[in-house]
Amino acid sequence: MSATQSAGTVVSRTPVGDYHHLVIAAEGIAEHARPGHFVALAIGGVDSGMLLRRAFSIYRTSTTGRHGETVEIVFAAHGKGTRWMADLAPGDPIDVVGPVGRPFALPKEPVSCVLVGGGYGSAPMFSLATALRDRGCPAHLVLGAATTPRLFGLSDANKVGSSVHVTTEDGSTGTRGRVTDVLGDLVDTTDAAVVYACGPMGMLRAVADVAEDNGAWSQCAVEESMACGIGVCMTCVLPVEGEDGIVRMVRSCVDGPVFRGDRVRWDAVGTIPPGTLGGPR
Amino acid sequence: MSYAPHDFGGPISPDEVDLSVDLCGVALPNPVMTASGCAAAGRELDQFFDVAELGAIVTKSIMLNPRSGRATPRMAETPSGMLNSIGLQGPGIDAFLARDLPWLVQRGARAVVSIAGDKPADYVELARRVGQAPGVAAIEVNISCPNVENRGLVFACDAESSYRVIEECRPHIPDDIPVFAKLTPDVTDIATIAGAVADAGADGVTVINTLLGLTMDPDTLRPRLGGVTGGLSGPAVRPVAVRAVWQIRKALPDLPILGVGGIRTGFDALEFVLAGADAVQVGTVIFNDPGAPMRVVRELRDELAVRGIRSLDTVRNAAHG
Ligand SMILES: Cc1cc2nc3c(=O)[nH]c(=O)nc-3n(C[C@H](O)[C@H](O)[C@H](O)COP(=O)(O)OP(=O)(O)OC[C@H]3O[C@@H](n4cnc5c(N)ncnc54)[C@H](O)[C@@H]3O)c2cc1C
Ligand SMILES: Cc1cc2nc3c(=O)[nH]c(=O)nc-3n(C[C@H](O)[C@H](O)[C@H](O)COP(=O)(O)O)c2cc1C
Ligand code: FES
Repeated sequence: MSATQSAGTVVSRTPVGDYHHLVIAAEGIAEHARPGHFVALAIGGVDSGMLLRRAFSIYRTSTTGRHGETVEIVFAAHGKGTRWMADLAPGDPIDVVGPVGRPFALPKEPVSCVLVGGGYGSAPMFSLATALRDRGCPAHLVLGAATTPRLFGLSDANKVGSSVHVTTEDGSTGTRGRVTDVLGDLVDTTDAAVVYACGPMGMLRAVADVAEDNGAWSQCAVEESMACGIGVCMTCVLPVEGEDGIVRMVRSCVDGPVFRGDRVRWDAVGTIPPGTLGGPR
Repeated sequence: MSYAPHDFGGPISPDEVDLSVDLCGVALPNPVMTASGCAAAGRELDQFFDVAELGAIVTKSIMLNPRSGRATPRMAETPSGMLNSIGLQGPGIDAFLARDLPWLVQRGARAVVSIAGDKPADYVELARRVGQAPGVAAIEVNISCPNVENRGLVFACDAESSYRVIEECRPHIPDDIPVFAKLTPDVTDIATIAGAVADAGADGVTVINTLLGLTMDPDTLRPRLGGVTGGLSGPAVRPVAVRAVWQIRKALPDLPILGVGGIRTGFDALEFVLAGADAVQVGTVIFNDPGAPMRVVRELRDELAVRGIRSLDTVRNAAHG
């Protein structure tokens, strides 16, 4: 896999609930993008004082539209950089690096899958659902958020999901509660072999546990603080256990963002757990 | 006081500009390198530009053993810069020599290997191992690290420790491989440290490493970095770096200097050359623009061409005159 740096142009930015849906025309990215890949965006233009790239899951891509090759993301404005992005208008330049990271691994057999998206974490799930169903895997979607405006992509979900389940913490849409409140039963009834998840770290940890308890694999797209997004700075690490049983601090940008849920040391994220390769003795 | 502007004649074509540099006998096609820790071992950046075209790739400081680095968060964005507390995460010298260095060398890049240790003996062992490895263009000795045998005092903060590390390393490295000592700007007089490492046998110095900084989290009201303090880098530190180059050049007119700190554009690189740098390195700005090192080469060529300057030798140190 190879990432491209592309001088992109904003095609549109549309508010959707609490988020923004951003369409960027950028060459060389769409064709290579797979579900779970992300893009790293430069913020604030060429003289910007905000140097670090911001990472966003790819929501969809197109190579055939009116605007040529496009890549689309969904983002929440909270910090300085994403607030700058919330003012982007059609025609504005924005530098894009992508596609980056390891995408979701797809099953070889036509097994049943559950896809869990928390908040804007649902963004990569629709292209994933399509890819899964293309290979004969039923794709059951669970979308969860604190409130309805933070649910993203309900209409997409209804188009591509084999079934769709919604949770909100305030109960304003779907089941009141969290995604994990419906996940166990769903994995059970659909006899799912794989659970895919993208969302906040706390949710991923809980999803990985539920999957394991129900005998399914999990594939979790993590969200660690990133500076470069391309594997050169070593800021985005988290403890992951390898096949050899050794825990290493692994770069989530290029060795992830998708990891097997049972490999991530969720309990130790933000620390160097004892026994980590090269850890303090 | 005002200075008369330099006049090198009318604009020339960028093709007429010769950017090549002879760095202590090592021929570089241009004076731009990556900065240690900002380019890993070159492989990731090869997606964005041909690493063999750049002056050199300086690899992330390598230690004797694998090192996990510090807890996250390891990074905080600051105005025109960042703080990092990576803690020298790396695979250790064995894996580096088996996997990373051969790739760079086979790729045709000029490999400058940065080494770092916790105590002088580590540096000696690393110097020996790297000095024997095929294809090494130069060695950068990162002495901006805490010395565990001296209450954790950073080697490069103390002239005697700096002298000792370089003096012990140099004999283990072949004469035709130049050795650069990488210095921290967090000292009272950086020219004194540069003088000490030159006396100890360093062929040149790299300045500057990051400045020590600290930033607080608005939510927790505690330090934002897992490592509490971190190294400040990026365009915010550039004037400090140019000043360091200038002071060392004044004190040591013949010592080769690699200038690093906040370089973002071709003119930024030229600033360092005017102050006395023989070559320059691009670090943090790579995170913003992975194509930056080769862009800086092109922009530097253009900056010289519009001013009618045919070679770097013409402008090196020019600001001192
Ligand atoms: C693989 C991946 C996919 C993501 N997908 C999405 C998405 O689809 N939609 C969305 O809204 N957000 C997504 N995020 C989170 C998004 O990157 C952060 O919200 C954003 O970087 C914050 O930038 P800021 O300017 O608002 O915050 P600031 O605090 O100003 O950011 C400062 C620095 O910290 C880093 N940073 C801060 N918070 C995060 C975070 N949560 N994750 C990663 N880096 C962070 C930034 O990259 C930047 O380098 C994703 C993150 C990752 C790692
Ligand atoms: C994330 C990061 C990691 C770094 N790691 C190293 C390192 O391993 N060895 C070293 O000598 N310098 C290291 N540095 C310092 C840079 O090489 C450089 O001296 C400094 O950042 C100033 O240059 P810049 O502003 O262009 O980044 C690191 C800097 C950053 C930002
Ligand atoms: S974000 Fe730089 S290595 Fe992952």
